[in-house]
Amino acid sequence: MDTINVKDKDAGATLAAGDELRMETVGLSVRYGTGNYGIRDVSMAVADKRVTALIGPSGCGKSTFLRSLNRMHDLAPDITVTGQAFLDGEDLYAPDMDAVLVRRRVGMVFQKPTPFPTKSIYENVCAGLRLVGVNKKATLDEAVERSLRGAALWDEVKDRLKTPGGSLSGGQQQRLCIARALAVEPEVLLMDEPTSSLDPNATIRIEQLIHELKEQVTIVIVTHNMHQAARVSDYTAFFYVGELVELSATKEMFLKPREKKTEEYLTGFFS
Amino acid sequence: MGPAQKSAAAALPRAFRGPGDRVFKYAIVGLSSAVVALALVMAVVIYIEARPTFKAFGYLSFLTETTWDPVKSIHGALPFIIGTFVTSFAALALAAIPAIAVAIFTSEYAPKWLAAVINYTVDLLAAIPSVVVGLWAIFNFAPLMRDAVYMPIYLWAEASAPWLATMLGAPSTFNMTTGTIVLALMIVPYTVALSRDAIGQVPRDQREAMWALGATKWEVIRQAVIPYARTGIAAGVLLSLARALGETMALAMLIGNSNRLPFTLFGPAATMPSLIINEFREAVEPLHYSSIMAVGFYLFIITIGINLVTSFVQRKLYMGRGMV
Repeated sequence: MDTINVKDKDAGATLAAGDELRMETVGLSVRYGTGNYGIRDVSMAVADKRVTALIGPSGCGKSTFLRSLNRMHDLAPDITVTGQAFLDGEDLYAPDMDAVLVRRRVGMVFQKPTPFPTKSIYENVCAGLRLVGVNKKATLDEAVERSLRGAALWDEVKDRLKTPGGSLSGGQQQRLCIARALAVEPEVLLMDEPTSSLDPNATIRIEQLIHELKEQVTIVIVTHNMHQAARVSDYTAFFYVGELVELSATKEMFLKPREKKTEEYLTGFFS
Repeated sequence: MGPAQKSAAAALPRAFRGPGDRVFKYAIVGLSSAVVALALVMAVVIYIEARPTFKAFGYLSFLTETTWDPVKSIHGALPFIIGTFVTSFAALALAAIPAIAVAIFTSEYAPKWLAAVINYTVDLLAAIPSVVVGLWAIFNFAPLMRDAVYMPIYLWAEASAPWLATMLGAPSTFNMTTGTIVLALMIVPYTVALSRDAIGQVPRDQREAMWALGATKWEVIRQAVIPYARTGIAAGVLLSLARALGETMALAMLIGNSNRLPFTLFGPAATMPSLIINEFREAVEPLHYSSIMAVGFYLFIITIGINLVTSFVQRKLYMGRGMV
């Protein structure tokens, strides 16, 4: 995996010894129809089975970067993405790469819980599997239980799998969305401020869950909350005005940031 | 708050400002009540005017009586009820699927400029007065359909399937099928507009959630967009039905206005509105007059019923997914 040349800042080199590279971007830029850059020339590494947090002030491009990792920008016709994003050495933006397959391998959980309101809890979890033609009840039953257990929701909903997903509380809905993303067994899970609409208790549960999930899946999480980044992540990337300022091991970054800008942000000099 | 502002407030005492509030309040309360009162009074007046008919034939027997013969003073509404329901539901069946398809195409597939052109044209269609649509159909569409479509089918049926020929009936220029097709054309814009609005209400995050699971465009539409919008689409279809039930002019011009059952597909028929528009001038007999009122009364009830069902469907579906 370490054969890829990283163009600038040796982002890949900042991974700790023993950590393997799972995703990597090289000179990735996202440009809006207005001509403004959402992110500019970002080269960054994501370690396998680790949690990488993206932090930075509002509008710094952290969500834009996250959404470029599973080609969600394809859906907006006036956004152009240039550069490369590798998953296991394959360029996700290669001309012959199918964006639908990319999203099957790189799952996503959004800021607001988005259960499908007309589908039951069971069918919400199955949604991704049914897309690929998995319809055998035994397989689905097994996947639903595994995913809901994985999202720490099984015990709360196992007796009411047929009720609508919208009937759950906000925190439960978000865990349902995590279960739904896990059901298709993605290689990487992207989380876009997954706790920003949740209360403190629900937030703690999701954070615990992230800890457990990194055993099986690589996680990239955007958070506007520095403390959350410190609590849940192994690596932290600091973005500022569309550029990656620094990627470091989380401990290192919070104790001894390399860049002045990072230090200013972490000490509350600006936000 | 400087001293200058304080004195300005004192200079315009409450008493001088109060009347404006009160006048405005009374005016809007009065106007709003007038709307409600108008609807109620209209219903009551129509009912009172229709009462002689209900007395003579009974509320239900009037609905099930098949003869409408003003000369013999026998009045039954069944032919018109059948005509109204058959044309409306058939028009809805013809219109709904293409209309929903157009709505999906313009909101999901078409480039912005094309969607704008289509939406504008559809809205324009809705704005054409129905008498103009009827005029076009009378002189162009109806004769064309008779000669190019109904005649060949009927002649074939007569030769090869006589049972079908009796159902079809001898083609006349103005008939139930032509009326239904034109009615369908007239409700398409409504169904398109209402379905389009319903699809537009689907939040972006619902689509994105489905995309993120690795869905294709069609799968997103089928699994995320349509399920979410189906309440609104259903409500739109029902409202289009109410519109079809009440549509008068184009049908009166095209349906041939036969008051006698049985109706055939290619033969003339009548609907409740077409009966009213055709006979109100000649209704000199008190019973004839009150019977037309009675038909109007039932039409009123039916359309109100459809509207109530629509709002019930909306409420019920929304509550079912915990979204109220």
